[in-house]
Amino acid sequence: MDRFDVIVIGAGPAGSSAAYSLAKEGFSVLLIERGKFPGSKNVFGGRIYTYPLKRLFPEDWREAPIERYVVQENISMLSGDTAVTVQYDSLRTGSSRVNSFTAIRLKFDKWLAKRAGEVGAMVITGTRVDDLLVSNGTVFGVRAGGDEVKANVIIAADGVASIFAQKAGIRPELIPKEISVGVKETIKLTKKRIEDRFNVGEKEGVANAYIGQVTNFLRGGGFLYTNKDSVSLGVVVQSEDLSSHRTEIQELMERFKLHPSIQKYIEGGKVVEYSAHMIPELGTRMIPRPYANGFLAVGDAAGFVLSHGYTYRGVDLAILSGMAAAETVKAARAVNDYSAGSLSRYLHDLRSHGVLSELEEFGRTPSFLGNPRIYSAYPQLLCGILNRMYTVDGGKKEKMFHIAKEEMKGKISLMQLMKDLLGGTRSM
Amino acid sequence: MPESSELRMVVCIKQVPKAEQLKIDPVKKTLVREGVESEINPSDLHALEMALQLKDKHGGSLLALSMGPPRFIQALETAIGMGADEGILLSDRALGGSDTLPTSHALSKAVEHLGDFDIIFCGEETTDSSTGHVGPGMAANLDLPQLTYVVEVEVRDGHVRAKRAVEDGFEVWETTLPLVITVNHGCNHPREPTLLGKIKARTIGIIDDVNADDVGLDKEKIGLSGSPTVVDKIETVELPDRSGRIYSGEAREAVTKLLDDLEAEGII
Ligand SMILES: Cc1cc2nc3c(=O)[nH]c(=O)nc-3n(C[C@H](O)[C@H](O)[C@H](O)COP(=O)(O)OP(=O)(O)OC[C@H]3O[C@@H](n4cnc5c(N)ncnc54)[C@H](O)[C@@H]3O)c2cc1C
Ligand SMILES: Cc1cc2nc3c(=O)[nH]c(=O)nc-3n(C[C@H](O)[C@H](O)[C@H](O)COP(=O)(O)OP(=O)(O)OC[C@H]3O[C@@H](n4cnc5c(N)ncnc54)[C@H](O)[C@@H]3O)c2cc1C
Repeated sequence: MDRFDVIVIGAGPAGSSAAYSLAKEGFSVLLIERGKFPGSKNVFGGRIYTYPLKRLFPEDWREAPIERYVVQENISMLSGDTAVTVQYDSLRTGSSRVNSFTAIRLKFDKWLAKRAGEVGAMVITGTRVDDLLVSNGTVFGVRAGGDEVKANVIIAADGVASIFAQKAGIRPELIPKEISVGVKETIKLTKKRIEDRFNVGEKEGVANAYIGQVTNFLRGGGFLYTNKDSVSLGVVVQSEDLSSHRTEIQELMERFKLHPSIQKYIEGGKVVEYSAHMIPELGTRMIPRPYANGFLAVGDAAGFVLSHGYTYRGVDLAILSGMAAAETVKAARAVNDYSAGSLSRYLHDLRSHGVLSELEEFGRTPSFLGNPRIYSAYPQLLCGILNRMYTVDGGKKEKMFHIAKEEMKGKISLMQLMKDLLGGTRSM
Repeated sequence: MPESSELRMVVCIKQVPKAEQLKIDPVKKTLVREGVESEINPSDLHALEMALQLKDKHGGSLLALSMGPPRFIQALETAIGMGADEGILLSDRALGGSDTLPTSHALSKAVEHLGDFDIIFCGEETTDSSTGHVGPGMAANLDLPQLTYVVEVEVRDGHVRAKRAVEDGFEVWETTLPLVITVNHGCNHPREPTLLGKIKARTIGIIDDVNADDVGLDKEKIGLSGSPTVVDKIETVELPDRSGRIYSGEAREAVTKLLDDLEAEGII
C-alpha cells in the first residue's frame, strides 16, 4: 500500500490531532513519527490548556494522562536572593471549568497517537521522513529511506524546526533572532512531598513562572510545574541575548536551582530527565500562508506558539490547528481539489477554531515583551522597593514614594516607566 | 533470474527483554518480563537477515514464527517490516511455563502445520535464557539435519553449504534441503525495517489466532506439566566494587606503577 488520502509527518499534539480528526471522518491516514514512540523526543514546560481537548474528545477528555489540575498560578520576579510573587488561586479540581493541567509529554503524546490509531489512522513509529515528493510545485508524497508513499495532502506537523514547511517553500529558515532556547529538568520527589511543599490536594498542582534573576535579567524566564510525583523545572532565554551576553543556559539553570525560592521546593529531589529544545521567538512567529499545493502546516511547524517570559502555549494551538487542518482537507475532498487555492480556506478554519484570533490578540505583545526592562529593571526595582519596605532594623522608615524614587535611580526614568506601563496595558 | 528454485523458509523469533534492562525479581527469582522494554532476540535478527539475503537471491517465501503472548506481535511486525512475507503467532495460555522441551515441541508442530519448508532458521540462543536448545530440539523433532552456529550459507541445486563458527575457527559443511540452521550472533548486519515494510505489516496484520489445538498439541506435553526442568535455585551474583584508579602520566611509568600495585596487592 503506497497511497493514502493524507500523510501526517510527526506525531506531536498537532499531528495526532489532525490524524485523529481525519481518520474519524473516514480518510485513510498515515501518521509517521521518527521517535521510537510518540513523545519520546518531545520537550515542553508542562502545562496544557484543556479547552481544545474538550473539543476534540467531548466525552472522555479526562482520560488523558493528566498529572495534576492547575489550581494556583504564581508569577515571581526574582532579584538576588529575594522574590516578589503574585499569586492567583484558580478553580479547585472539582469544577468542570478547570482551565489547565500539567502533563508529561512522553505519556500525553503516546495517548493522543493511540487515540488516532483507534479510529483507524495507521501510526508508524521509528521512521524519519527525509523529503517531500514535489512535482510542478505540488506536494504529492513523502520519501523515507528508499521508500516513497503518496497522498492527496501532506500535513507537516514536524515541530519548531520544520524542514518540510521550508521545503514546501512557505517558511524561511529560522534565524537566531527568532528563537529562544529552553532547557528543562524533571526532578523526582514524592507525591506527599509535592502536596506538602506546594500545599495542594491530591490531583491539584501549581504553575509557577519566574522572571528577572532567573535569566540573569535577559529576555526570557523560568517555569516550574508540579506533576504527580515530580516537578518540571526549566529556563527559556532569547538565543540572541544568550550569545550577545556570552551566557550558557545550563549555567543559568544551575543557578536557578540554587535560588532560595526554588531550593525549598526541589530539595532532596533527584533529576531523572534533562532536555533542551528550541522555541519560536517571544510572541508570535506564525507563517502568513501555512499552505501550498497539496500541503498544510500545523502546530509549531506553522509557528502557532505564544511564548513570553512567563507563559508558554503551544500544545493547545497545536491541537486546534490539527483540527482546523482536518476541516480544510474535508472541504477539499468535497470538491476534489487539493490545490493551494482550495486549501487556502485553512486560514478560515484556523480562525473559526480560534487559533488566529489568539495569535492576533497577542500580535501586539512582542514589542512589549521584547522590551528588555521587563526582564531586568522591573524585577530589580520591585524586589528593591519591597526589600526596603519590609526591612525593619530600628532605623527611620522612609515613605514609599521616596523608596521607589531612590530604587529607580540609574535603573529607569519616570518617563520610561510611564511609557512601558501604557504599552503594557494596551497589549494585554 | 534466480540461481536455483525458490526457497520456502521460516524463521523462529522470540521477543526478549532488552539486555540492558534485564532484572531478576528478588522474591520470585524469575526474570521480570512485564513493564520492561523488549526487542527481538539479537541472534534471531541475524537469522532473519540471513534468510532475507537468501530470499533476495533465490526468491521464495519467508514466514516469521513466534510462540508467546500477544505482545510478541510487535516482533513479528518488525520482521515483516524487514521483509518477511507473513508473521504467525502461536499463542495459548496452556503454553505458559514451558521449558525448552515443550517449546521445541510446539514450534515443530507449528512448522508442520504451516506447510513444507526448505530451511528452518533459529538464532543460536536467546539472551533471556541462553540455552540454545530450541533449534536442535526442532531438528530432532522434525527428523531433519541441522547446522548450528552458522555464519554464512549458500544454496545450490538442493544442497546447502554453510560455514559454522567453532571454538578455534570455522568449519564448512554441506548437506541437503530441508534442514534446520541456527545462526551465529554477529555474523551479519540486520537491515532496518522500511516504511513500506511497516505499512505492509499493518495492512496484512499478524496471524495471531493460532492456538495449541490448531497445531495439534497434546496439553500434557506442553506448559508446566510438559516441562521436566525444575528450577532448584537461582543466584544473582553481585559484581564486586571496582577501585577505579586511573594511572596517568608517561606510559612507561604508569604501566610500571600499575604492575607494582597489582603485585603488591597479590593479584599477579
Ligand atoms: C522549554 C519549552 C517549554 C514549553 N512549555 C509549554 C507549556 O508549558 N505548554 C504548552 O502548551 N506549550 C509549551 N511549549 C511549546 C510546545 O512544546 C509546542 O508548541 C508543541 O509541542 C507543538 O506541538 P507540535 O505537535 O506542533 O510539535 P512537536 O510537539 O514538536 O512534535 C513534532 C513531532 O514531529 C516529529 N518529527 C520531526 N521531524 C520528523 C521527521 N522528519 N519525520 C518524522 N517525524 C518527525 C517529532 O519527533 C515530534 O514528535 C514549550 C516549548 C518548550 C521548548
Ligand atoms: C532455568 C530456567 C527456568 C525457566 N523458567 C521459565 C518459566 O517459568 N516460564 C517461562 O515462560 N519460561 C521459563 N524459562 C524460559 C523457557 O524455558 C525458554 O525461554 C524457552 O523454552 C526457549 O528457550 P531459550 O530461551 O533458551 O531458547 P534457545 O534455545 O536459546 O533459543 C534458540 C532459538 O530458538 C528460537 N526460539 C526460542 N524460543 C522461541 C519462541 N518462544 N518462539 C519462537 N522461537 C523461539 C529462536 O530462534 C532462538 O534464537 C526458563 C528457562 C530456564 C533456563
